Amino acid sequence: MISAKINGITVSVPEGTTILDAAKKVNVKIPTLCKHPDLPATASCGICIVKVKGSNKMLRACCTPIEQNMEIITHDAEIVDVRRTVIELILSKHPNECLTCGRNGNCELQTLAADFGIRRDAFPNCVPDLKSDISTGTIVLDPRKCISCGRCVTVCQDVQNVWALSFLERGFDTRISPAGDINLGESPCVRCGQCSAHCPTGAIVENCEAPVVWQALQDPEKYCVVQIAPAVRVAIGEAFGFEPGANLTGKIYAALRRMGFNAIFDTNFGADLTIVEEATEFVTRFTTAPDKLPLITSCCPSWVDFMEKFHSDMKDIFSTCKSPQAMVGALTKTYYAQKKRLDPKKMFLVSIMPCTAKKYEIRRSKDMFASGVQDIDISLTTRELARMIKQAGIDFVNLPDEEPDYILGEYTGAGTIFGVTGGVMEAALRTAYDYVTGGKLSHVEFENVRGFSGVKEGTVQVGPHTVKVAVAHGLKNVEYVLNKVKEAKMTGKELPYHFIEVMACPGGCVGGGGQPYGVTDELRAARAEGLYDEDSRCVIRYSHENPHIKQLYSEFLGTPNGEKSHHLLHTHYIARPEYQR
Amino acid sequence: MCSTSTTTSPEISTLVEKWRGKKGSLIMVLHELQNHYGYVPRDVSLQLSQQLDIPLARIYEVITFYNYFKLDPPGKYTIAICLGTACYLKGAPDLVDEVKNLLDIGEGQTSKDGLFHLDVVRCLGCCGLAPVLSVNGQIYGKVKRSEVMGILSKYKKED
Ligand code: SF4
Ligand code: SF4
Ligand code: FES
Repeated sequence: MISAKINGITVSVPEGTTILDAAKKVNVKIPTLCKHPDLPATASCGICIVKVKGSNKMLRACCTPIEQNMEIITHDAEIVDVRRTVIELILSKHPNECLTCGRNGNCELQTLAADFGIRRDAFPNCVPDLKSDISTGTIVLDPRKCISCGRCVTVCQDVQNVWALSFLERGFDTRISPAGDINLGESPCVRCGQCSAHCPTGAIVENCEAPVVWQALQDPEKYCVVQIAPAVRVAIGEAFGFEPGANLTGKIYAALRRMGFNAIFDTNFGADLTIVEEATEFVTRFTTAPDKLPLITSCCPSWVDFMEKFHSDMKDIFSTCKSPQAMVGALTKTYYAQKKRLDPKKMFLVSIMPCTAKKYEIRRSKDMFASGVQDIDISLTTRELARMIKQAGIDFVNLPDEEPDYILGEYTGAGTIFGVTGGVMEAALRTAYDYVTGGKLSHVEFENVRGFSGVKEGTVQVGPHTVKVAVAHGLKNVEYVLNKVKEAKMTGKELPYHFIEVMACPGGCVGGGGQPYGVTDELRAARAEGLYDEDSRCVIRYSHENPHIKQLYSEFLGTPNGEKSHHLLHTHYIARPEYQR
Repeated sequence: MCSTSTTTSPEISTLVEKWRGKKGSLIMVLHELQNHYGYVPRDVSLQLSQQLDIPLARIYEVITFYNYFKLDPPGKYTIAICLGTACYLKGAPDLVDEVKNLLDIGEGQTSKDGLFHLDVVRCLGCCGLAPVLSVNGQIYGKVKRSEVMGILSKYKKED
């Protein structure tokens, strides 16, 4: 342990702790801008400078480990002045467009400027002349608003291993750019949106499609339907001052109804359906086609895109199941439309997702038009929905809970845990266990696939069979798992796994790129807890026991993995070039 | 990550083999390519990325970090304008503006007809003549904005 003083207050912390973290411990807030709690320090902005007694050098608190007996001063007139100058210099290169910026109201730079009482342009404004890039259709990159903190580059290169973003040029001319100086849409970008979730400013934001949805809601010709994903319900509260992890499912239904949606469905129903289809697929392969193992989950569109670009040799062992969002999409405009005698062409389906890549998924291939028209019209992120609720003048905090609509709204505990890393695996194992053994688990919780370590491996006894599973999240962690599979396949050795779950975003969808800003591991854990808690309180915790799923099969689909399921609920994969130019 | 489906030309494989595993191999290979082509063509970078297993993003980071490497083919005539202190104070930014306007190019770019390339440099070694502009090494000193057009048209005619 190291013992030191911060502003005269004694602090004792483990060796290696940064001055910044040590200060937090004694309730001293050193301002930061480039440092994100999730990521290693890039130490590029200089706002976190502090003084050490007896030295006239200023140190960066975010990257300097505190030393024994150091006496740190975090705030004095000179330090605050330097910080103000740092902000003024950054602002001199930054467009004055706060009022029309996607981050207005929750931008880290704006907040600092407000806190420091910046009231004038201290230096002449010279904003670089760079173009905005919306070529992915999911996120918008406006390099003029970049403050060169490097967070997105670290996330894209080191956490996601995609390498779609990098800095080009140097010094004053440094700019953020897609790899190889092309459009982001032509780069390897898998649209995970993690860059947007980590950017401190409005340089990378989701492509906001709320206006299109408002228009549809006002169109008397349109029958508007909406579905919400598992992870949205435990995160949206953060935008309204709720405790992280608060499960607000009932309030979201109520708010959507007030906004004018004709029917409100739940993607959790789609998750249950995915499990029935995927567990069937798994059991079939496990028992009759071991060459098509390991089965790899396919509900994360960034992961699918990543596989199609970087690991297309794996496409034949991918689960052919569409994601829950896409399953609800196909069924809304077929099954539900028929039941309600609606014209699918006049239906408008909106999905609320924790994810930017879902905006891409709804058009990723012709399979997404299974109903004859585009199954899902618009996919919005949690952040966009939060803003829409505010625009609509809904007192979300005090809104009484409501129920979803019949029939694509009812879900089980297994469906809800889809939103967290390991959840898909856990839900699938519950059902697969029943399919194989015909019996119930004495304990439905699979602890070894829970938690946030990057790769989780384990074995599960399913009747006479030992099933080996792996769960990875954060795309960099996929490499380890896939390499083991590739090696085994090449050398003809026994497979390391039978079933693999991958989610692109760290923590799974609870940490999705479209979720409220400021995510940290604590926040991810709180959101995950919100979902696990709901699962534990559900009466039904097996997807295949969802009564409405049973009804769906008996009335419409026939059998899992049957012909109709294949047509509506399954998809195909192709190898895609990493670079389109 | 890097895996592209482009096939690699033999020269690039040879180059890569020569430097593979050596420290600073990327820079060395880029040097040779720059010298060979006069710039580093995009498809060559893509092949290099595959061969060296270095992401294209990293290769472009390096190429754009060093002034030595170019991404565009050189023009027939390279215009260099000094923006060092003396030239800067004597009005060199005006010259840069004028060239950009006349040729419709930015710094480090080549005009559409492939004739001119504009580089902004730190010193051409003749500060006494500030502001200085050079075309393929031929120095023009104490240049006024109004004279830029005349200098360029001389080369246009020669062509
Ligand atoms: S969306 Fe994901 S893959 Fe694309 S640039 Fe951002 S972090 Fe990289
Ligand atoms: S785009 Fe945002 S996250 Fe990326 S370097 Fe710029 S300011 Fe930082
Ligand atoms: S927060 Fe420490 S240098 Fe930016």
